Amino acid sequence: MNNLLSIVIFIPAVAAVILALFLRGNDPAAQRNAKWLALFASSLSFLVSLLVLKGFDPANTGFQFVEDHPWVMGLHYKMGVDGISILFFMLTTFLMPITIAACWNVETRVKDYMIAFLLLETLMLGVFTALDLFLFYLFFEAGLIPMFLIIGIWGGINRIYASFKFFLYTFLGSVLMLVAMVAMYHAAGTTDIPTLLTFKFSHDPIVVLGLNVAGGLQTLLFLAFFASFAVKMPMWPVHTWLPDAHVQAPTAGSVVLAAILLKMGGYGFLRFSMPMFPVAAHLWTPVVFWMSAIAIVYTSLVALVQQDMKKLVAYSSVAHMGYVTLGIFSMNSQGVDGAIFQMLSHGFISGAMFLCVGVIYDRMHTREISAYGGIINRMPAYALVFMFFTMANVGLPGTSGFVGEFLVLMGAFQADTWVAAVATSGVILSAAYGLWLYRRVVFGALVKESLKTITDMTRRERAIFAPLIVMTLLLGVYPKVVTDIIDPSVGALITQFRADVPAEAQAAAATTAPASN
Amino acid sequence: MLTQDLHTVLPELILAIYALLALLFAVYTGKDNATNALTWATAGLMVALALWIGMGESGTNTAFGGLFIDDAFARFAKVTILLSTAAVLVISQDYMARQGLGRFEYPLLITLATIGMMAMVSSGDIMSLYMGLELQSLALYVVASIQHDSAKSTEAGLKYFVLGALSSGLLLYGASLVYGFSGTTSFAGILSTVQHGVPVGLLFGLVFMLSGLAFKISAAPFHMWTPDVYEGAPTPVTAFFATAPKVAAMVLIARLVHDAFGGITAQWSQVLAALSVVSMFVGAVAAIGQKDIKRLMAYSSIAHMGFALMGLAAGTAYGVQAMLIYMAIYVTMNVGTFAFVMSLEMGGKPVTDITLLNNFSKREPLKALAVLVLMFSLAGVPPMLGFFGKFYVLKAAVDAGMSWLAVAGVVASVIGAFYYLRIVFYMYFGAEQPGAEAKMAPVQWLALMAVALIMLAAVVNFFGLEPAAQAAAGALVG
Repeated sequence: MNNLLSIVIFIPAVAAVILALFLRGNDPAAQRNAKWLALFASSLSFLVSLLVLKGFDPANTGFQFVEDHPWVMGLHYKMGVDGISILFFMLTTFLMPITIAACWNVETRVKDYMIAFLLLETLMLGVFTALDLFLFYLFFEAGLIPMFLIIGIWGGINRIYASFKFFLYTFLGSVLMLVAMVAMYHAAGTTDIPTLLTFKFSHDPIVVLGLNVAGGLQTLLFLAFFASFAVKMPMWPVHTWLPDAHVQAPTAGSVVLAAILLKMGGYGFLRFSMPMFPVAAHLWTPVVFWMSAIAIVYTSLVALVQQDMKKLVAYSSVAHMGYVTLGIFSMNSQGVDGAIFQMLSHGFISGAMFLCVGVIYDRMHTREISAYGGIINRMPAYALVFMFFTMANVGLPGTSGFVGEFLVLMGAFQADTWVAAVATSGVILSAAYGLWLYRRVVFGALVKESLKTITDMTRRERAIFAPLIVMTLLLGVYPKVVTDIIDPSVGALITQFRADVPAEAQAAAATTAPASN
Repeated sequence: MLTQDLHTVLPELILAIYALLALLFAVYTGKDNATNALTWATAGLMVALALWIGMGESGTNTAFGGLFIDDAFARFAKVTILLSTAAVLVISQDYMARQGLGRFEYPLLITLATIGMMAMVSSGDIMSLYMGLELQSLALYVVASIQHDSAKSTEAGLKYFVLGALSSGLLLYGASLVYGFSGTTSFAGILSTVQHGVPVGLLFGLVFMLSGLAFKISAAPFHMWTPDVYEGAPTPVTAFFATAPKVAAMVLIARLVHDAFGGITAQWSQVLAALSVVSMFVGAVAAIGQKDIKRLMAYSSIAHMGFALMGLAAGTAYGVQAMLIYMAIYVTMNVGTFAFVMSLEMGGKPVTDITLLNNFSKREPLKALAVLVLMFSLAGVPPMLGFFGKFYVLKAAVDAGMSWLAVAGVVASVIGAFYYLRIVFYMYFGAEQPGAEAKMAPVQWLALMAVALIMLAAVVNFFGLEPAAQAAAGALVG
C-alpha cells in the first residue's frame, strides 16, 4: 500500500464526483442521501488515515509514505508526510466528518454544499502532503474556489462583500508566492520539496530598484512567501479579511476556515520559509516577533468590544495565531513544538467555539451578544460545553490550549524576553473577553421573551462536541501523544536552521537572548 | 520546382479552391438554403486539413523563393487556427440561423480569412506577410458588419475597417522603412543585415511594424476598437474575432521578431514587455465596470494578449513555447465561453447583459458549473488549465530575468480575477428574479461541456500539447 495518502486524499473527491453526477433531484430524500454519502466518505477517509498514523515512524525525520509520479511540465505528483505535516493531515481528516455533521440542518442546495466541502477536504489534505512546489500551490490556491462558494452561496447577509474580500485578499497574497516559486524553480532547477529543503538559496546582498537587499535572493523569496502565509495565517495587519469571512460564512464554513485553513499559513512557514530561507527568516525574526506581539494584544482588545459573537471568536483566532508565529520564529524546540501544538489545539477549540455559536444561532438566528442572557436556565448541557471550550480558549491548564501557549511563551522568552512579556499579557486579555462573553450569554436572569422557549442541545449536537472535548482534554493532560510525533522532525528542522544561519548572525542573536539553549 | 512549391502550399490551395467552388455553387443554387450544409462542410474540411497538417509533414520546407515557410512552428499555429475556426463555425450555426443571419457568405468569408491567417503564419517575407494580413482583414471587415440591418453591427464593421486600415498603414510604413534600410523584404535578408549593426531607421521600422501588428492582437494601447467591435458584431463573429485571428497575429509577431530581427532581442524585447504590461493592466482594470459580457470578454482578451506577449518578450525558445501553449489554451477557453454567450437569450432575443445571469445556477445547474470552471480558468486559478498557461509565461519571463514583468502580471491577474468572479457571483449568489435562458443547440452544449472538461482534466495531462509546442518553438528559435 504505497498510495495510502492518495487514497485518503481522493476519497472525498470521488464522493463529490459521485454526488455531482449521480444524485438527482432536490427532495428531502435526495438531500438526506447527499448528507449521508458526504459523512460516509469523510469518515472513511478518516479511518483510512488512521492507517497512515499507525504506520508512521516518528523516529524517521524524512518523508514517509512517499508517492512519486511524473506529471505535466516536468513537475511531479509527489506526496508524503513527515513529523510536521502528519498531524495537520490527521487534524483535517478528523475534523471533516464533524464539520459535515454540523451542517445537517442546511436546506438550500444541500448537494452543492456537500460537494463543496468534500472537494475542500481533498484540497486541504493535498496542501499538507504535497511534496512538489507547484502541486502545493495548486492545492493551496484551488481551496479558495470552494471556500469562495461556501461563503458566497450559504453565507449571511453581507456574504458577497465577504466572499470577494476573502478571495481577492488571499489570491493577491498567493500569486506573489507563485512568482517566488517560479524563481526558485529557476534557481534550483527542481520543484521537489525534499531537494529544495537542502538546497542553499543565495543570500549574497543584491540591489533591487536601487535598494540594497540584505539576504539577497533569500529575502525576496522569503517576503513573497511571507505575503501569502501572513495573509492566510492571518497576521496583523493583514487579518482584516478574516472577521468578515467568518461572520458571513455558514457555521460549518467558519469551522473549516478557523480549524484547518488558517493552519496552512503556519504549516507553510514551517515547510518553506524557515528551512528554505533561513538567513532571511533570521533577518526578519524581530519584525515577525513584534507583529505577533501586536497581533496578540491588539486583536484581543478588539475582541473585547465586539457585539457579534462570531466576530469575537474570529478576533480571538487572530490572537491565537499570533502565538503560532511567535513560536515558529523563536526557532527553538519549545517554540516550534508549541506552535504546532497550538495550531492543533486551536483546530479543536476554535472549531468547537464556532460550533457553540452555531448551536444558538440555529435556534435564534442572531449572533448579537446582547440578544442572549441567562440561557443556562434553559440549556444546561450547552452551558457546560460552552464553558469547557471557553476555558480551553483562555488556556486553562488541563486543556490543550494551555500546553500550546505555555510552550510558545517559553520558547519566545528564550528568544526575546520583551516580546514574550508583551505576548503574555494576551493570556489575561483572552480570559477577559472569553469570560465576559460567557457571562453575558449564559449567566444572568432569563429575561428575554424569545429565549424562554429555547431548547437544549440535541443528541446530534452532543455527538458532534464529544470527540472535540475528548481531544482537547487528551492533548491537555497528555501532550506526549503529539510531541512524540513532532519532536524528531522539529529537532531536525532546528538543527538544520542553526547550521544554515551564518555564525555572526547567531552570535548577534546570542547576545540578545543569553538564555538561549 | 513549381510542383514542389505547390505541394508545400497544398493545404492553403485546397482551402482556396474549396472557397471559390463553394462560392460558385452557392451563387448558382438556392443561395442561403445551402448555408447549413456549407457551414458543416467548411468545418469538416478544416478539421481534416488540421489533422493532415498535424500528422503529415515534418521538417522545414520553403516555397516561392522563401516567401512561404512551412515549419513546425507554422504547422502548430495552423492546426490551432483551423481547429478553433471549425469550432466557432459549428457553434455559431444555430445562432446565425435563428437570428436570420444564415447567409452563405459567412462560412466562405471565414474560410477566406482562414487562408489569410495560414499565409500570415507561414510568411517568410514582408510581402507575403502583408498579403496574408490583408486577405484576413478584408474578410473580417465584411464579416463584422454582416448583420447589415443593425446599426451596431455596421458601426462595428466601419470602426474595424477604419482602425484596421490605420494599422495597416502603420505596418506598411514600418515595412517600407525596414526595406529601405536593409535593402530586402525577405526575413532572412533582414536578419543578416541586423547582424551587422542596426541602423536607427530599421528600429523605427520595427517599432512601426510592431505597432501595426499590436492593433491586430488588440494589445493596449492599440486596443480601442476591440470593445466596440466585440459588442457590435453578432456574437458568433465576436467569437471568431476572439480566437483564430488573435493566434495568427500573435504567431506572426513571433515570426517577425525571431526570423527577421532575431539578432537584436534586446531591442524588441522591451517593446513587447511594455505592450504586455500595459495590456494586462488595461484589460484587468477596464473590464471591472463592464455590464455587457461581450465587452467584458473584449477586455479579457486584451489582458490575455498581455500574458501571451509576456512569453514573447522573454525572447527565448521557451518563451515562444509558452506563448504557443498560452494561445492554444486561450482559444479553447474562448470557444467554450462564447458557446455559452451565444446561447444566452431572453424572450427569444439574444442578450449579453451580465446582470441577467442572476441566479442562473438555479435554472441551469450543469451549465452554470461549466461556466464557473471556465471563469476560474480564465482568471488563472489552479487547478484549471488557464493556470498552467499563466505558469508557462511566468516561468518564461523569470527564466529570462524579467521577474518584474512576472510580478506585474500576477498583480494584474488578481485585479482581473474580480470580474470573472463577478460572473460567478451573478450566477450563484444573485437574487431571485427572472433572467436569461441558455437555449443551447446540441453542438454548443457539447462545446461548452467539452471545454470545461478539458480545463479540469488537463491537470492530469496536457494531451501532447507540450511536446508539439516545444517542437514548434524549436523550429522558430532553435
